[in-house]
Amino acid sequence: MTRRDHALALARRGQVITAIALAGLAGVFIRALAFTPIERTQGLAQKIFYVHAPSAWAALLAFGITGILSLLYLWLKDRKIDSIAAASAEVGLAFSVVMLTTGPIWGKTVWGTWWSWDARLTSTMFIFLLFIGYRVMRGAIVDPEMRARYSAVIGIMALVLVPFIHMTVYLFRTLHPDPVLLKPSSPSMPGVMLVTLLTSVAVFTLMYVGFVTQRYAIAILRDVREEAASAVS
Amino acid sequence: MSSFWTAALTIAVKDMKIEWRTKTAFASAIVFAVLVLAVFYFARDPTAVGALDIAPGALWVTFTFAAMLGLNRAFLLESENRAMDGLLLAPIAPSAIFVGKFLGNLAFVGVVELVSLPLFILFYDLPIIRQLPALVGVIAMATIAFVAVGTLLSAMVVRTRFAELMLPILLLPFLIPPVVGAVQLTSRILSQRPLSDLAGWLKLLASFDIIFVILCFFLFEATLEE
Repeated sequence: MTRRDHALALARRGQVITAIALAGLAGVFIRALAFTPIERTQGLAQKIFYVHAPSAWAALLAFGITGILSLLYLWLKDRKIDSIAAASAEVGLAFSVVMLTTGPIWGKTVWGTWWSWDARLTSTMFIFLLFIGYRVMRGAIVDPEMRARYSAVIGIMALVLVPFIHMTVYLFRTLHPDPVLLKPSSPSMPGVMLVTLLTSVAVFTLMYVGFVTQRYAIAILRDVREEAASAVS
Repeated sequence: MSSFWTAALTIAVKDMKIEWRTKTAFASAIVFAVLVLAVFYFARDPTAVGALDIAPGALWVTFTFAAMLGLNRAFLLESENRAMDGLLLAPIAPSAIFVGKFLGNLAFVGVVELVSLPLFILFYDLPIIRQLPALVGVIAMATIAFVAVGTLLSAMVVRTRFAELMLPILLLPFLIPPVVGAVQLTSRILSQRPLSDLAGWLKLLASFDIIFVILCFFLFEATLEE
């Protein structure tokens, strides 16, 4: 089996996983809207939580995996690891966009403001910007080996930076009084809602796996084409 | 002195000499610093916002962006005439190149800060003679943090396309902890708050310094391999 066939098979597997995850997502929507009770204080706005929190989870999972794979790359120097790390970072960016758009929509209704400089909001936004930088840098390097090495360096630094960003915003918050509107303390959740949430988390994790598999397959195909092009010239 | 430090210092001194003879980066960084400090002063309504409220932010925006002008040049110098190849061929440890560049950048940013700090005090009319040692200490800590990360990143970005644009995109997220910390500390020092108010941020800044200087030192070699 050539690398191209291998990549195509992988892409198909990714499509199957994604299809299952999307069906699951439809199920989560139905369950969240029709079979999960409306939260008493927040009303219907709380439903967005079943998309928001799982996408935040998927984004952070994605970035965490990128960081760990970066470490592994510098150690093992295997191009595959770099391709998976890059795929994971890109999928993480997509989930971040979901997280950062659903958050303000919920915030406007419940907090009364689109954006507040809450610790978690602020740090996730900075992490999002960090990985935009990672993605932009990958696009600015032509040589694949150098791109892999530089990306790994940024990935490792990002892994170390994230706790610092979190400490920074946390320190900033705790030393200042909270705005009156902002009360993000997480209430313990009734069982029905928890089941919906956990199902959604599982579905988003599956979606992450499906997306990364497909994105990785595309990376292999691109490599194959580039090699063919350089062989001709 | 070991050969490691001799090599590192030689590189740092070489960079400073080049800078001293051309003075272009110094001149642009310092003009830029003066300009930003002045613009910030006019950005506020003096009857509503006290100079002390806007001063810490103005100071750190100035330092950060003025430093960025210098950091961009650090490895650009070596890409002219492929001077970097010469450095790599020299029988010295690659990490000595990092330490040399780090010290050179530190000197560059230090001089820019040395020139802009008195102007800052003058422009904002701050009576801070007694707090000056503490302020200088905070400036030194934050500067070490962002010069360490900036040196490593500038070694990488010179070999990418759009190098001048890449440095800010990559570097700014890394500046959040040290610069936010420095702004917080500066505003507390200027308003003469007790040391216990500073402890949390000082710890953050110190741990950032230690961890990132070590991390950048070890990661630098990974940016060089041919």
